[in-house]
Amino acid sequence: MSDPVHAESEAFHTEDMTISMGPQHPSTHGVLRFIVKTDGEVMREAIPDVGYLHRSIEKIGEKVTWHGYVPYTDRADYLAAMFTNQAFCMAAEKLAGVEVTRRGEFCRVIACELNRIASHLIAVGSVGQDIGAVTPFIHALRERETVNNLMEEICGARLTYNYIRIGGVGYDITPETCGRISEFLDHFELIVDEYNRLLSYNKIFIERLANIAVITREDAFQYNIVGPNLRASGVKWDIRRDIPYSVYPELEFDIPVGTGEKGTLGDCYDRYIVRIREMQESCRILHQCLKMLPKGPAIAKVARKFKPPAGEIYVRVEAPRGDMGFYVVSDGSEYAYRVRIRTGSFTAMSLINKISRGLMVADLIALIASLDVDAPEIDR
Amino acid sequence: MQPLLNSLPETVFTTKVDDLLNWGRKSSQWYMLFGLACCAIELMQTGGPRADVDRFGCVPRATPRQSDLMIVAGTLTYKMAKRTKLLYDQMPDPKYVISMGSCANCGGLFQLAYSVCKGVDKIIPVDVYVPGCPPRPEALTEGLMRIQEKMMRERWLVRQPAAAEAPVGA
Amino acid sequence: MEAKEIYGKLERKFAGKVSGFQGDVMDPNLRVDPQAVVEVCRYLRDEPDLKFEILSDLTGLDLPKENKIQVVYHIYSYSHRHQIVLKVDLPRENPQLSTMEGVWKVANWLEREAFDLFGIVFEGHTDLRRILLPEDWVGHPLRKDYVEQEEYDGISTQRAPLVEKLLR
Repeated sequence: MSDPVHAESEAFHTEDMTISMGPQHPSTHGVLRFIVKTDGEVMREAIPDVGYLHRSIEKIGEKVTWHGYVPYTDRADYLAAMFTNQAFCMAAEKLAGVEVTRRGEFCRVIACELNRIASHLIAVGSVGQDIGAVTPFIHALRERETVNNLMEEICGARLTYNYIRIGGVGYDITPETCGRISEFLDHFELIVDEYNRLLSYNKIFIERLANIAVITREDAFQYNIVGPNLRASGVKWDIRRDIPYSVYPELEFDIPVGTGEKGTLGDCYDRYIVRIREMQESCRILHQCLKMLPKGPAIAKVARKFKPPAGEIYVRVEAPRGDMGFYVVSDGSEYAYRVRIRTGSFTAMSLINKISRGLMVADLIALIASLDVDAPEIDR
Repeated sequence: MQPLLNSLPETVFTTKVDDLLNWGRKSSQWYMLFGLACCAIELMQTGGPRADVDRFGCVPRATPRQSDLMIVAGTLTYKMAKRTKLLYDQMPDPKYVISMGSCANCGGLFQLAYSVCKGVDKIIPVDVYVPGCPPRPEALTEGLMRIQEKMMRERWLVRQPAAAEAPVGA
Repeated sequence: MEAKEIYGKLERKFAGKVSGFQGDVMDPNLRVDPQAVVEVCRYLRDEPDLKFEILSDLTGLDLPKENKIQVVYHIYSYSHRHQIVLKVDLPRENPQLSTMEGVWKVANWLEREAFDLFGIVFEGHTDLRRILLPEDWVGHPLRKDYVEQEEYDGISTQRAPLVEKLLR
């Protein structure tokens, strides 16, 4: 007599499911869509579908003047608006040969490192939230409110700053604001320990993230993964150290690299812990800048009708999501000829299909959260 | 009647049924997380610790089936427009829409763009427009207050005119 | 390594297929023939003292006055810390080029974007379809002679009159 259980499984027929993890989802990463083909809980393929936030920022660069384009660069990555501002202004300054004042450079670094802290807070909080730990995200938002207050004192806006202008910065930083930034830093360095207690050394968190979605060094080079994702795979590459710009050569800071401490080198946990350590390094940079801030004008004299000579340039800055490149072509008129924004999240998305074969659906969420992609960078 | 009313204990109050129903509805506006762009971050900060909307009963829901308020926060592109209409249709009645930020109101600074829908009111009916780029949490809270005032003005127990009661399929 | 030396090596290996070196601008660049660009890039990636591991950017540049579309490659080396820019000229009516996917896998998505926004067809690409715009969009927007469609999916694309005046 045949075994009834096995007889049943021979006639049992299974099919793959196609699920659309649609554009609207409860996550901070913006409107992304994945077409996931699964066999039960294990994925066969996860195809990203992007473009739901394509706001044609590159085409608008050809229609507005150079000074007027800076607010649009804010929206190209709203969580790291200072860095996109800075990259575009650096490109315009190099094309026209404008020299930024020294105080302007230091103000830029202060604003940028504060923005890096704010952006990494959202990244770290949303790794927790997407996995299911909702409380640390609220803690991150609480710290971010203080940073938003500081940004409002510096430049008047909480999210899309338009602070870094061609030739320097828009407004000067007063000594009272410097005092408040100092107080915030003294408070913030202890808060990072709070995240370590809540999340980083939490057993459930480690089990969800360690050994998941390993990105090897070769994959990282082939797919041009940049930023903390690249450093988590063991490559010590940071634009601030290796292709330096602004006043970073005069500042002392370490570059945290993933070591595979809780799992394999290049897994989701490494990408998370590199961001926590980068926040601590940003605090160090800010302390040094506040001490070294020189006197002088905050912005150089730049013509109102800005017309750089014809030419083209490719500028890189180290944004929180990696090496952001601006390729700007000028034809001598008061409008740019072509502005191209090359972001780290766009190329990170192209890797997801390959890495997510064989993972479970919940691991896909952990992978997207640990890569820290966000929709405006992908779609521009 | 006067002596009887004066002798009622303090745990009894009199009101209209409409006001009671509307008070219940306005104190539990469950909004759908429809954050598209930069305004989504300010929406999250409004739900965060400082400008907390949870004290007004506003809880974020991920699915349209359980929400009665849709806050369109961010730029609407043509690719997303069809999905927005689908999500709006999936919400149960009575439902309200807040258009948050310049991009959702009229296209904002992206009116020069080729792929941006110039305002979410081209697709779904909007109740309250909140200006700003992005609006501060206090501004969004004011928008929620206006929806609350709108909810309090609605009447449920009055017989509707006959034209609205035409049978389905006739 | 200096850009001039890199150009010298390429000229010796691929005589006639590379030309137009501009060394005195901020980003030294050179022109490559469309048929030879894939083997030039493979050589640049694999040669030990050039070792360009990274394709930083692949994008298009529309030049209607010279009646061509340029595809611009920015490549970088982490080991030697040098950068070079390659440019390929294509005719505007029917721009076609072989795909770079075999050399750097990131070119998959970058070429899809160039196809979507400029209309450049990459031969040999595994999955060439639109990426940022909807599937049924008409036209390639980043070209200089792009005309917007009147309506999409029932929604009119008309702007406020004040904004129409700002558009050049």
